[in-house]
Amino acid sequence: MSAREALAEIASIPRDCGEPVFAEPWEARAFALAVHLNERGVFTWSEWADAFGANLKANTQAGEPGSYYEIWWQTLEEMGERHGLASAVERSHRSGEWQAAAARTPHGKPIEL
Amino acid sequence: MGKDHSHDHDHSHLDGMELKVRTLESLLVEKGYVDPGALDEIVETYETRVGPRNGAAVVAKAWSDPAYLDRLRENATAAIGELGFTGRQGEHMRIVENTPEIHNMVVCTLCSCYPWPVLGLPPVWYKSAPYRSRAVSEPEAVLAEFGVTLPEGKTIRVWDSTAEMRYLVIPERPAGTEDWSESQLAELVTRDSMIGTGLALLPDEVA
Repeated sequence: MSAREALAEIASIPRDCGEPVFAEPWEARAFALAVHLNERGVFTWSEWADAFGANLKANTQAGEPGSYYEIWWQTLEEMGERHGLASAVERSHRSGEWQAAAARTPHGKPIEL
Repeated sequence: MGKDHSHDHDHSHLDGMELKVRTLESLLVEKGYVDPGALDEIVETYETRVGPRNGAAVVAKAWSDPAYLDRLRENATAAIGELGFTGRQGEHMRIVENTPEIHNMVVCTLCSCYPWPVLGLPPVWYKSAPYRSRAVSEPEAVLAEFGVTLPEGKTIRVWDSTAEMRYLVIPERPAGTEDWSESQLAELVTRDSMIGTGLALLPDEVA
C-alpha cells in the first residue's frame, strides 16, 4: 500500500490540505517507517490501523495522554516485537550503544555507531 | 565558527524520541527489514509540508521594517512569535545577518537541531553525515556544490546549532527590489537562503 493509500485509511493522522503535517522531524520518520514496513509486507495496513487505534484509545482514556506520534511510535515498537523484527532487549542494548556513541562524539561531529 | 557561540557541554547528546527512533531504525536497517533510501524518499515527499514559507515571511519583514529587524536582533524568538510562529519546545531562535562582508551558514550534528517553526522539516542533505562534517571543515566546497560562489574576500561563518539554539540566516536583500511589497519580497526567499547554502533569488529569477 502506498503512503497515500495508507493515509486515506487512517483519518486521524494530523494534516493540512490533505497532506500529513509533522511537528518534529522524528515524527515524519515514524510515519515513514510504518508505511515502509507495510510496503515490505511485514504487516498489513489494517493490522497496523487496529493496533494503533487500540493504543490511541487506551491512551486517551489514561490520565496524561501522549502525543499522537508518541503513540504511533509505541505501536511501531510493539509491532517490531510481534513480528520478531526487534525485541525490547535488543532495543535496550542498541539504545545504550547510541548513548555511548553520543557521549564520545564531540559536538560538531556526526554521531555514528 | 561564530566566536560568541558557546556550548555548555563538550560532547553530543541523544535523548527522548530522537534516541528511540535511531535505536529502532538502525536495528531494522541492519537486519535488512528497512531500506534507508526508501525511507528517506517517503520523508522527502512530506518534508516541505510544514514549509519554509513562515521563514520567508520573517525575512521579508526584516528587509522592509527596520523596527522589526531591531526586535529580531534583540530577541528573535519573540519577534518571530509576533508573526504567530512558535515552537512546541520553546527553542531559542537567533538571526544571523548576511552582509557584503559576511556570509552565514548553519549546520547541526543532530538532525533535530533545525528551526522547524520557520523552515519546516529539514531536508535530507541537512541531516547527512557529509554535510554535517564538511560544512564545518570546508564550507567553500560545500557552497560550490550548491552552486554558490561568493565574491573574493567574503568571510564565511558557520553556526553550529544545538538543542537550545537555532539559527535563521537573513540573506542579503537583492538589488532592484526597493519598492517591493513584503509578499513580493517573500517570493525571493528560498529555504536554502535561510540555511545559508543559497542566496535570495534575484528579481529576474521569479516569474
